[in-house]
Amino acid sequence: MKSSVIIFPGSNCDRDMDVALKKFGFENQMVWHNDEEIPKSDLIVLPGGFSYGDYLRCGSIAGKSRIIKSVINFANSGGLVLGICNGFQILTETGLLPGILQQNKYLNFICKNVFVKIKNKENKFFKDIKKEVLELHIAHNEGNYFCSNDELKSIEDNGQIAVTYCDNKGNDNEENNPNGALKNIAGIFNKNKNILGMMPHPERMIDQFLSGEDGSLFFENLIGSL
Amino acid sequence: MKVKVIVTLKNGVLDPQGKAIQQTLNGMSFENVSEVRQGKYFDIEVKESDESKAKTQVEDMCKKLLANLVIEDYKIL
Repeated sequence: MKSSVIIFPGSNCDRDMDVALKKFGFENQMVWHNDEEIPKSDLIVLPGGFSYGDYLRCGSIAGKSRIIKSVINFANSGGLVLGICNGFQILTETGLLPGILQQNKYLNFICKNVFVKIKNKENKFFKDIKKEVLELHIAHNEGNYFCSNDELKSIEDNGQIAVTYCDNKGNDNEENNPNGALKNIAGIFNKNKNILGMMPHPERMIDQFLSGEDGSLFFENLIGSL
Repeated sequence: MKVKVIVTLKNGVLDPQGKAIQQTLNGMSFENVSEVRQGKYFDIEVKESDESKAKTQVEDMCKKLLANLVIEDYKIL
């Protein structure tokens, strides 16, 4: 299976993602933001970081970069696209995913492990993961998911909420909301569930000696579902 | 010609920075400040002498890049 990780100026999780994808069997290639074409891929990943220094709004400049047209075409033709953290912000700025990631409610940069509850497994990103709750890592200043009431209704009606912040037992209430995100939303899909954007970093949880292994479950499922 | 744009958060959208600024002002003895909403200001030089054409173009820029209409409003001055 072939994957492509797009590198923007200011991306800083691109190499971690490369390591993770290769560890679980992807033949990964790195693609520069100023290219126009993406090599043949089964999966495109927009990595975390601070693309273009977070100028204007997080992800807004990357959302208009040269490579993005190819990402949008790939996504609209049903290709699998994953955006982590800044990648999630870029996906909302391109309009591929609804809503926006605002500054965290209490203005602090949050860097810690969190638990997230998988809300929908009828998709390639989560379908064979046996667990309901994953321990992943977050590191962001703008992860406070927001959208209009109409959009929220449509997201909920279409099962587009992918993961929500929760405790280790899966209680996704306000108490376990680190950043003020609407409905504890940590990640969402597009309507067709071929695009996933989420704030937590599965690529940081693929080694039991460094962190944890719940990210491994994510990548194992991903390569298995393609 | 120069076109000026102000981008602000829509009413009802949480503005944590504005809130922090307000609290700081209150702490600096400006006790009567009850709310601060912050935003962005752009000075855009457009090579276009027709004012309405320039403004139409800037409006397009606002919709496509300068503002995110999910949470922000824009005003062309």
